Amino acid sequence: MTDGRVLDVQGLQAGYGQVTVLRDVGLYVDPGEVVVVLGANGAGKTTTLRAICQSVWTKGSIRVTGREMRGKDTADVVRAGVAHVPQGRGTFNDLTVLDNLEVGAYVRRDRKNVNADIELWFSIFPRLEQRKYQRAGSLSGGEQQMLAVARALMSRPKLLLLDEPSLGLAPLISQDLFRHFGAINREQGVTMLVVEQNANLAFAIAHRAYVLEAGMVSTSGSAAELREDDAVRRAYLGV
Amino acid sequence: MSGGSTKTQVKAANGGLERGMVALRNVGARRMQTFGGLLAVLVVFSVWAVIDGGSKLLLQRTFDGLNNGFIYSAMALSLVLIYRSTGIINFAQGNMAMFGTFIAYVLIVEQGLSVVAGVIVAMVISAIGAAVIERLFVWPFDPKNHLAITIVTLSWYLIIAALAGIIWAFDPRAFPSPFPTGANDYVSIGGARIRYASLGIWATVLLTLVLVTQLLRRTKIGLAFRAVSSNLDSGRLVGIRIGRVVQLGWALSAAVGTLAGCLIAPSLLLDPNFMSKVLIYSFAAATLGGLDSLGGAVIGGLIIGLVQTMSGGYFKIIGSEFSLASALAVIIVILLVKPSGLFGSRRVERV
Repeated sequence: MTDGRVLDVQGLQAGYGQVTVLRDVGLYVDPGEVVVVLGANGAGKTTTLRAICQSVWTKGSIRVTGREMRGKDTADVVRAGVAHVPQGRGTFNDLTVLDNLEVGAYVRRDRKNVNADIELWFSIFPRLEQRKYQRAGSLSGGEQQMLAVARALMSRPKLLLLDEPSLGLAPLISQDLFRHFGAINREQGVTMLVVEQNANLAFAIAHRAYVLEAGMVSTSGSAAELREDDAVRRAYLGV
Repeated sequence: MSGGSTKTQVKAANGGLERGMVALRNVGARRMQTFGGLLAVLVVFSVWAVIDGGSKLLLQRTFDGLNNGFIYSAMALSLVLIYRSTGIINFAQGNMAMFGTFIAYVLIVEQGLSVVAGVIVAMVISAIGAAVIERLFVWPFDPKNHLAITIVTLSWYLIIAALAGIIWAFDPRAFPSPFPTGANDYVSIGGARIRYASLGIWATVLLTLVLVTQLLRRTKIGLAFRAVSSNLDSGRLVGIRIGRVVQLGWALSAAVGTLAGCLIAPSLLLDPNFMSKVLIYSFAAATLGGLDSLGGAVIGGLIIGLVQTMSGGYFKIIGSEFSLASALAVIIVILLVKPSGLFGSRRVERV
């Protein structure tokens, strides 16, 4: 059962320099799932995603499709099939929209399919096609977020990590973006691990959820269960 | 199915047109204003210069200025390359080029290789040497720690100068030109002379510019280069091995630097300090062009070469002693008007 998992994290500790942020995190993501990570500021949500990509120090076990990633290079984690859309989007602002998508496919060898995928993302996000020779830095926040997601998916990842995709976006644009995520998950079977402050948005597409508190998993369960959980409702759904 | 492919072809053709239109718009009015201003100054100066000394003298000084300019451009290209791949200014670049030129000298004069073969082998050796220096002395640092890396390059500036002094001492040596240098090897245009050796330098610099630009624009490694210089962290997150890109940047810029040194050496004399003056003007040229623009580096070099020659030639007060300083004064004025250089990319960022 565990072998089939896209992501299996056990006993994860992680942090920056002397500071330990994650004390003991265990979570998993099965193929085709959308899993959301909730938590207050400073609970360690972003650090969890960074730990998976090996951009911070880590202890414990991080398996991607059964292969241990701890101690590997970020470039190797990407090659193992993980794509990360960092907070603040991480687009290449000096590069054109088209070049951003090309870079997204950097680890791929199948040149022909890359062009087909670029066309695919242009058809999903027509705004990006209109701006394909513009520098990414000149796009609006929502467009940049679309570009960041399309860029990440250009690597045809087994697992997409999204870090607060709604941050700084207008509510309507966030909703639109999450509709896209839901569709991408259903239609293309892309597995996702989403960190999100806006639990309403996240629950709309999530299958399961984890709640982080002070660097540990405090609650976990199916999205339907957690949506009914009183503590979660008070803390993250604002009802 | 065949209908679909025709459609994509039409689309691709439109893409080319579209790209052209956007590029045209990007060049835009702002840039035109700057160039309009420069052009006006140029026209006024030319008219005055023709009245002052005749058109033949102006033409000859233009060719001499271009000649100096291309020399600065060659070295400026190497500086822009390292800046684009690492975000640092490599102070050791000039002395690395000097060392590479000495290696070419040894291969050609002492080992008897042809000039062209000697230069090419020296370029390869410099590239390998720079890659090794990068791995041993730069790689251990965080690539974002620009200050530390700059200090490392300053140390290598001194180390390489000392090494060259120990090995080759400080007697100036004549360096053979790869181009014909006989007394009659020149073309005459409007009474002014351009030597074949000069034309050779101009052509080599332009060819280098084209090759390097195509490398950055059209190849996968070029895309990685541009991505890393735009956003290092995201570069990691798309799976680019940053270390290799940076190492390749060092190697490539060292090879171009050695080529520049070998082009410059025949008109100066080769000694361990021969690049120091050139380096300053090449820095200036690169800054003027915008530091991250290869074409800008070449144009920046040409402007500096021309201003230097014209001001020294036409204004007695400036003379040859102050002619280089006057070139720097021009740069300061241009940078006041356009802080990111003539062709540098202003960082556009909407958040």
